Amino acid sequence: MPLIDEEFRKLRADGRKLLIPFFVAGDPDLDTTVALLTAVGRAGIRLAEIGFPYSDPIADGPTIQAAYTRALQCGLRVRDVLAAAASLHDAASPVGMVSYALVYRHGIDEWVGQAADAGLVGLIVPDLPSEEAATLDARCRQCGLSLVQLIAPTTSPDRARRILEHASGFVYYVSVAGVTGERTALPPELPERLAALREWTDLPICVGFGVRDTAHARALAPHVDGVIIGSALVKRMELARQRGSTLDQLVCEVVDFCCGLQAALNESSYPSKFS
Amino acid sequence: MTIDIGCGDNLGVSPNEMFSFVPYGPQRNWIMPRTLLPEPAKESCWPDTSGRFGPFGGRYVPETLMAALEQLQQEYSAAIADRAFEQQLRQLWGDFVGRPSPLYFAQRLTEHCGGAEIWFKREDLNHTGSHKINNTLGQALLTLRMGKRRVIAETGAGQHGVATATACGHFGLECVVYMGAEDIRRQQPNVRAMKLLGAEVRAVESGSRTLRDAINEALRDWMSSVESTHYIIGSVVGPHPFPRIVRDFQSVIGHEAIEQSLQRWGNLPDAVLACVGGGSNAAGMFYPFVARTDVELIGVEAGGAGDQRGLHAATLSHGQPGVLHGSLSYVLQDDDGQTSNVHSISAGLDYPGVGPEHSLWKSIGRVRYLAAGDNDALAAFDLMARLEGILPALETSHAIAAACHEARQRPSHQRLLVVLSGRGEKDAAEIVRLRGGED
Repeated sequence: MPLIDEEFRKLRADGRKLLIPFFVAGDPDLDTTVALLTAVGRAGIRLAEIGFPYSDPIADGPTIQAAYTRALQCGLRVRDVLAAAASLHDAASPVGMVSYALVYRHGIDEWVGQAADAGLVGLIVPDLPSEEAATLDARCRQCGLSLVQLIAPTTSPDRARRILEHASGFVYYVSVAGVTGERTALPPELPERLAALREWTDLPICVGFGVRDTAHARALAPHVDGVIIGSALVKRMELARQRGSTLDQLVCEVVDFCCGLQAALNESSYPSKFS
Repeated sequence: MTIDIGCGDNLGVSPNEMFSFVPYGPQRNWIMPRTLLPEPAKESCWPDTSGRFGPFGGRYVPETLMAALEQLQQEYSAAIADRAFEQQLRQLWGDFVGRPSPLYFAQRLTEHCGGAEIWFKREDLNHTGSHKINNTLGQALLTLRMGKRRVIAETGAGQHGVATATACGHFGLECVVYMGAEDIRRQQPNVRAMKLLGAEVRAVESGSRTLRDAINEALRDWMSSVESTHYIIGSVVGPHPFPRIVRDFQSVIGHEAIEQSLQRWGNLPDAVLACVGGGSNAAGMFYPFVARTDVELIGVEAGGAGDQRGLHAATLSHGQPGVLHGSLSYVLQDDDGQTSNVHSISAGLDYPGVGPEHSLWKSIGRVRYLAAGDNDALAAFDLMARLEGILPALETSHAIAAACHEARQRPSHQRLLVVLSGRGEKDAAEIVRLRGGED
């Protein structure tokens, strides 16, 4: 059984939810990325997304764009990120968030093979809609990786059902139409949308885009299997660095923030108001 | 790369219907007799239903945008089957734009070069001064049909921005134009025009602060505004169905040119040239000629300051197939897949990608793609100014440079037809600045 499926099976058996933090690989360097994945892993976080920096990320807001730019300015290469992933021990299992531009350039077979060898357990390719994903999906299955499909607020019910037929790992529900980044409020219709998705799939459902704090996590918990926290975390790290935090301080802050969110997800088992 | 030339479904429209859509005669609503039209050839049948031009094209965008692309595709299919839509667009092209644009013989330029005759298709004489208006009016009509009231656009040289702001002014649509900060600096006259036409011009400070970054920002805006906003893309780039829609609207250029050539010379030109950034004026001119294999087609890219990566924007000459801005096409990128920085003196050609249909035409050998450098373009600009009394856009000047070179290689009975895609007043200040002079 692919590792992502195994993780969610165990969590569901325990009635728990998954917090999935997102880290930009190489922001500000790969040692930091490895330290963060290891520290959150030891704190009980099972899965983490690592974003492969890309020069033209059209789904990302200013926070993640800036982090990608910082990482690329230091000369970061795909092979460096994969080498860092391969060096992880006792860490959160990495799911790669990668533009199709990078995968295509290296070749699907080669890219996925190397990702699997490096220990990635899944891929999220945000600019590859399901119509174009057949070849990549087949290769991922062959290598034991889950290719996570995204569903957006603009996705019609018919289309959502078609996408879910080929989905594996978990379903990534994009909470708001727009780019990544913190939002003060999540859309009020979100629980309804998630309930509809539940009708159509048994796969775990995780929500990302716009989530920023424990209040959001608490509100989402009853409706989801997991929550992805990206820009809010990247922003927090950037601010910590601007204050002159050491690597240890940065890691402590990230672990505290993630554990707070994880606790908020765990404590809430009944629907609460969105705000 | 080997390519299977098949013939797709074309959104349910047969090739014959596609050809009859755009032809436009000197008398309004006069439809060109079918016999004068090129036979539908397999090469003209792209894209297929999945938006592929051979292996190129497709849709590589976030799921959030997929619904809008489906909606646009359906609306476009309905529009081109609707006689009223065609009539409305033809009327606008005639009364508002001033089409058909003339065919012009550049006698002194021809004499100067010595060799084949150089003729121009005068898109610079269109309202707003370039070919861009052909497409923006069509897409503005589609915007209205979809019930959307807000339009966004990207612009490099500002020609597409002005043409979009004009179409939005004409129809009372809200208009936001994304433009790289570097391009805002070097194309001030067009920035002022957009603002006067009521558009909001948003400066893009990310990345190289040019056209590529403006497209990124427009796509990001569209991610959150997609239900109420239409994105009027200015070139034959982006996800399906944009490359096809823009090509179809721009192919009025090629259809008119065929008709005018036959009327004037009783024959077609020996070679047709156009500059290629994203490639919209070239696609519009070339597409109706693709099936006429006796006509040589030449696309001219920006050779910039040299052949090294970063010094030019000659995507088809130096690039490789890759993914950028929603489609698979030739792209200038490093071996990791990161988009390269590019350079051209011309803001409209300063782009690391190119339309997917050009990639197909390159790979099947139907169009020959060359590059003309910054200095070649400046020299051609000067020749046009002093020999013909025409200031061409710096984008267009690249095609003119190549045309002069081609003319010298050919006998005097041959004719070259060049798309004069835009006028050059917008570039005057930048050219003076580059030469270190004062006004």
